[in-house]
Amino acid sequence: MNRKLLFVLGPVTGLVMFGAVVLIATFLTNREYKEPYRAPAAIVDATPRAAGLTDEKAAADATNRAKPYVEVEYRAFPVVGSRVAIWAVAQLHLLFAAFVLAVPIFAVLIEAIGYKTGDRRYDRLAHEFTKLLSVSFSLTATFGAALTFMLIILYPKFTNYMMSVFSPTFLPYVGLFFAEAFFLYTYYYGWGKFHPLVHLFLGIGLNVVGTSIMLIANAWLTFMMSPNGISDGGALISTWDAIYNFTWMPINVHRFIANVAFGGSVAAAYAAFKFLHATTDEERAHYDWMGYIGNFVAIIAFLPLPFAGYWLAKEIYAYSQTLGLTMMGGAFSWLFIIQAVLIGNLFLGANYYLWLGMGRVEGARSVQRFIKYLLIAIAVCFMVWATPRSIIATVAEIRAMGGSSHPILGFLGVMSAKNTAVNILILTTFMSFLLYRRTGKTATVSWAKAGHAAQLLIFASAAIIVISLGIYGYFVEASVRIGLSVPQVSSVLFAMVAITTIDVFLFRRPRMTGDVRWGRMPAVSQYVLIFIAVTFTWLMGLMGYVRSGLRQHWHVYGVIRDTSPDAFTPTLGFATQVVSLTVLLFFVLIGFVFWLASLHDLPDYDPVHSPHSPLLAADGHKAERSS
Amino acid sequence: MNILVVLAVAAVFALLRFRRANLLVWAGAWWVGLYVIFRFGFSAPIPSSVVSLYMGIVSIAILAYVSSSEERREEVSRPLVRFMTETRYAALLGATVVAIPALAAANVYVQMNVPLEPPLFPRTVHPASPTEITVHDKKIDLDAGENPYLELAISHPEEFRKHVENGRRVYYQNCVFCHGDNMTANGMFVHGLDPIPTNFADQGAISILRDTYLFWRISKGGPGLPEEAAPWDTAMPAWEKFLKEEEIWDAILFLYDFTGQKPRAKEEVHTQ
Repeated sequence: MNRKLLFVLGPVTGLVMFGAVVLIATFLTNREYKEPYRAPAAIVDATPRAAGLTDEKAAADATNRAKPYVEVEYRAFPVVGSRVAIWAVAQLHLLFAAFVLAVPIFAVLIEAIGYKTGDRRYDRLAHEFTKLLSVSFSLTATFGAALTFMLIILYPKFTNYMMSVFSPTFLPYVGLFFAEAFFLYTYYYGWGKFHPLVHLFLGIGLNVVGTSIMLIANAWLTFMMSPNGISDGGALISTWDAIYNFTWMPINVHRFIANVAFGGSVAAAYAAFKFLHATTDEERAHYDWMGYIGNFVAIIAFLPLPFAGYWLAKEIYAYSQTLGLTMMGGAFSWLFIIQAVLIGNLFLGANYYLWLGMGRVEGARSVQRFIKYLLIAIAVCFMVWATPRSIIATVAEIRAMGGSSHPILGFLGVMSAKNTAVNILILTTFMSFLLYRRTGKTATVSWAKAGHAAQLLIFASAAIIVISLGIYGYFVEASVRIGLSVPQVSSVLFAMVAITTIDVFLFRRPRMTGDVRWGRMPAVSQYVLIFIAVTFTWLMGLMGYVRSGLRQHWHVYGVIRDTSPDAFTPTLGFATQVVSLTVLLFFVLIGFVFWLASLHDLPDYDPVHSPHSPLLAADGHKAERSS
Repeated sequence: MNILVVLAVAAVFALLRFRRANLLVWAGAWWVGLYVIFRFGFSAPIPSSVVSLYMGIVSIAILAYVSSSEERREEVSRPLVRFMTETRYAALLGATVVAIPALAAANVYVQMNVPLEPPLFPRTVHPASPTEITVHDKKIDLDAGENPYLELAISHPEEFRKHVENGRRVYYQNCVFCHGDNMTANGMFVHGLDPIPTNFADQGAISILRDTYLFWRISKGGPGLPEEAAPWDTAMPAWEKFLKEEEIWDAILFLYDFTGQKPRAKEEVHTQ
């Protein structure tokens, strides 16, 4: 460029830049905040308005200083409200807690079988179940802490009352929680590091501590439903009586059994998830077997569950007719129709899985021909159980029926029919399991024919007793009818024990007619396992809502009244939506647990052999070129 | 039961057995056959809500059966695969593809053409009682209480019969017009009522209830029902305005005596 021009442009550019800086500075200075003009203070202070404002401020300050402390009864949770928030968090806490309590029960049993038989497969299986525990334990604790804080924040007065009644139980609860953490992590991380008996002791310790925690928590929630050990005004008289209230023991038994069934089903769902992802026959065989064991645990625990539920319902009715009627005849009775549909599906699903499982064994056709009879029994019992007493019908339909109950189907809507149906369902499921157990085997003992005949006779006798007592129940008063459930249940339990005992001796040294081919299961069987786990979870959520909602407008039944804006019973549709959403959240979180557990099996990250490694990419190019 | 309908379904099943029908045909026949029985096989028709419930169970059961073993899955899927892949069925397949939405449309048309009726409500027949009520300024404990004249049946049978006879008088002077001569909810006013009154002869009605519950229902009637039971959904009057307490208890004695039933006994709470 011309040097003369540079000489001219240099100062010009400098001037332009200087001008620009001046302009910008002026612009910014003009935009600076300036105090507006105000008249001198002496004049302003003299106006009545300013004096009034000063007086108002002083009065407000004085009021604030004199404000007394008032304990708040409720605080609101944003958007969804306090009830839904507490409901969802409590349900999630409970679902994870149930899982964490259940898995060690059967993990220890399976480990003990492995120790006794020396079969390493059992040890591996128990370890695999335990893998799911550590993250679940953390989630349980997190939801427990969230629930506690939310109770204190949202329901301070009620929480304070519960603290006053149960104060001696809280510190032992915390102590047991520490003990559970100790046993759980030592049990999990100490796998294979101790003598097997020491390790088994740790597992038993974990179960004892876990169950004790459940017993304490059950005392709190059952006290809310059937308070005891307090004066008419709600003052504590005896902590032990408050703990050992009317529904404490039935809930303890019901929850213990239900937890095992639930835990088994979720563990089976984990196995199904792994089966569906398996790439080798060995993996498929292992996870097929794991799913089978999980489902077996779930079904064995599930069979006595209706009886435990029946006892709980009976105790609730005995404690208060109002609670009993609210449950079985009032606002919550329709939920029991949904319950019947869910349990019917569970029975059908469990049987279907066993029937599909017969296909694992060569030569199963001889046993599979019985499926149609078992299915008919299950479908008929399912229909009986799901038949409502008061039917949803149009006016024309009611007039055609001659009343709100059908002249024939009306008989199926009462407890006699329901009890009979559930007992036959249990017997049928047991028969399915028995048939599955003997698939591919032939009894070789000399008394085989007599043994089979005895089994058939016991089964038929139990069925006849159950049905006869069910029919007899229509002709006696309610208290006698309720009492008939005891011989019905006893005959079913006796049949199950007697037939199993005969079966064990009958098939002691059987002739094998076909091998069990673990892993040879259609994919649909694995979806059945997942379906069973989801149905169990949904059922727990639904029936938990029934138990808790029965109190209606009471926090502690008859003692602490619910005066919050949520003191109404939500519609059934809304309740089922909340339960469904909670179940969905649980499965998202348990999916996370499954994923974390499966990371354990993956090989460590290796930068050399990583598919994204530049070294491997370079090798790949070399390989391509050489080929 | 409509025997003719049941026999017709049985005849179709026998024919299928004779022709050794394929499992797929059997599955369809069971589904249709059971639907026909549920829908038309009962002289007192089953409400559509229950038919839907039953058919749901039947559908799941049939699906479970046809897929319960490898052979059955094969037997069911083979004709379906052939139908969908072989060219000789192309016209029939096309017709099926058209027929499915056409059937759905026809179903909508049929559903929309039903006569106008009030909507369905899941009615609570036995709503929960309060724990205590006040009748004629006297508090009645519904949980812990019971009919004060019931124990006379053992201690003073003659006195007891007098109360039952008084109950008979109360019933035939007041209740018979709706609940009927034989207590089967067929009184002369019944055709003007929706819902119709309780059928006391039904085994699943008063026998599963305690007598205090009946006292509550009779004394407070429709106006005393909780919201869950829709207080406007019954024509039962509050009889405390017309009857004395003793008359209500006597009427309850008569209801159980006439129908040969007993009230649900007060249950003992487990001892601790």
